[in-house]
Amino acid sequence: MPEITFLEAINSALKEEMRKDPNVFILGEDVGIFGGCFGVTQGLLDEFGPERVLDTPITETAIIGASVGAAAAGLRPVPEIMFMDFLGVCLDEVFNQAAKMRYMFGGKAKIPMTIRTACGAGLGAAAQHSQSLEAWIAHIPGLKVVMPSTPADAKGLLISSIRDDNPVVFIEHKMMYGISGSVPEGEYSIPLGKADIKREGKDATVVATAMMVHKALAAAETLAEEGIEIEVVDPRCLQPLDKETILHSVEKTGRLVVIHEAVKIGGVGGEIAAMVVEEGFDYLDAPIKRIGAPFTPIPFASNLENAYLPGEEDIVAAVKSLV
Amino acid sequence: MTLSKEKLLELYKKMITIRLFEEHAVELFANGEIPGFVHLYIGEEATAVGVTAILGDNDYIASTHRGHGHLIARGGDVKLMYAELLGRKTGYCKGKGGSMHIADMTLGFLGANGIVGAGPPLAAGAAFANKYRKDNGVAVCFFGDGASNRGTLHEALNLASIWKLPAVFICENNMYGISMNQEYHQNIKDVADRASAYGIPGISVDGNDLFAVFEAAEEAVKRARQGDGPTLIECKTYRWRGHFEGDPTVYRSEQEVETWKKKDPIPRVKKRLLDLGVLTEQEDQAVWDEIRKEIQAGIDFAKSSPLPDESELLEDVYCD
Repeated sequence: MPEITFLEAINSALKEEMRKDPNVFILGEDVGIFGGCFGVTQGLLDEFGPERVLDTPITETAIIGASVGAAAAGLRPVPEIMFMDFLGVCLDEVFNQAAKMRYMFGGKAKIPMTIRTACGAGLGAAAQHSQSLEAWIAHIPGLKVVMPSTPADAKGLLISSIRDDNPVVFIEHKMMYGISGSVPEGEYSIPLGKADIKREGKDATVVATAMMVHKALAAAETLAEEGIEIEVVDPRCLQPLDKETILHSVEKTGRLVVIHEAVKIGGVGGEIAAMVVEEGFDYLDAPIKRIGAPFTPIPFASNLENAYLPGEEDIVAAVKSLV
Repeated sequence: MTLSKEKLLELYKKMITIRLFEEHAVELFANGEIPGFVHLYIGEEATAVGVTAILGDNDYIASTHRGHGHLIARGGDVKLMYAELLGRKTGYCKGKGGSMHIADMTLGFLGANGIVGAGPPLAAGAAFANKYRKDNGVAVCFFGDGASNRGTLHEALNLASIWKLPAVFICENNMYGISMNQEYHQNIKDVADRASAYGIPGISVDGNDLFAVFEAAEEAVKRARQGDGPTLIECKTYRWRGHFEGDPTVYRSEQEVETWKKKDPIPRVKKRLLDLGVLTEQEDQAVWDEIRKEIQAGIDFAKSSPLPDESELLEDVYCD
């Protein structure tokens, strides 16, 4: 299997789906000539032309609103919201329009659109360009939320997202664009709502998303040296959530740590923890530990940003406190 | 295209259908048979009917919370509309949407909308789909003077203007954004003036004059189909009822309402039909009677329809 980066995997998924389905088009700020703020859409304008690769003004409401209208009218838009933080600018179009049209109209409409957006801190981009807001989206019935952690997952899940007839928010952690990994050759896709076990272990389950999957895998190495084997579960999709895989893992290990980069309070980790308590309480041999960012806007100074971000040490400490 | 006598009679009937549909909705709401909110279109009939008269099969409409008139004008089924208003399983949305969310995708009707000003970006997107498919279709967006202050409209007009989208933006200026008179909610008299900021044509017409509305819409739709981009048309009109049923309308005078009732759009069309010899007084009575029957049949259908089954609560949240 060839090694490509997370960014290349997304680029390749976009190209493949655009070649396959003439109804797929992309739009967003600087996605054309510029190739995307992070370079994800490079080469698309050259291959598919300005009819299918549309640079938009800096107007998120128009980007998402027009995508909803185009999707309702039968196209399959893949809009990009440059930074996830900007979803606040167009939230009505996401959660009152895209999410609800099917239900409100009694099942007579479908809104097949995939909003790609970059989340995550680590770039010194401060409070308005670094957030992980997946919990907002996962709270809204009608939306699907995908949050991959590897190039192979990103490609397979993006292809499934684009083919899905529901509105999907596809969240790309910006600090992972350069991460390499092997990706299957030829056409493949990964179904939405299937978690993946990134490392098997018997002593504790660590459910981690996006960048935190990599932190959890690093922590697993450290813990293994001390004879503690953790199982790293990456849900990959937060809505729908693969409860079964998480519960199975907890049944096996009896211990659970949930970690995400988003602020801990009101985060998806609380939902996962509550689900395990409700549906798998008997499996638990210890209290559940949640790890997330502290309740503060994301700071600018590098040392503060580092202090803000959850990481490997937090996971090691949490697991050790349980076993 | 000028309106043929037959077409004009058809439009007249649609205006009457809207009027009677809404008058009966007043009654149904007062009797407690319609849950939630209902926003009525009485007095504005010429605008919806004049605009939709020019539309064809590939065309789309993005409507508003005050959307009954738009759907009837587009050919919506009053039976399914009443059933939806009453929250019945047989309604347009299986009782899941109600008055504010009626949609008919088979008519390109992308839904009434509970969010003021949500329509313009949706219409821009539908117009983009028309352009993308090169199917010669256009998208029409209705919105009120209140919505004309929202950023959604401005972002949509900007996008539609730079991409030369086949879209027509219809501002139904009924003088109020809920309780706030236009005089207080914006510093301009003509919403159409805002078109100049986007380098597109903007025109204000008497929204109670079917012919004026039709003419303006015809020109705008022609431009859109030719690839010349969007137009903003402001139709100056008035809603006879409050913002919603139950609105005490403390913000306007009875005298103002009476003045506007004298500008009722329906008798103006009737006069033209009488003048043209297409209609006699006697035939007019028959037209009203016939539509009354249709309306009553719609209400009967709705009232005899079952409520949705509770097992349907979780259906249609997602596509399979």
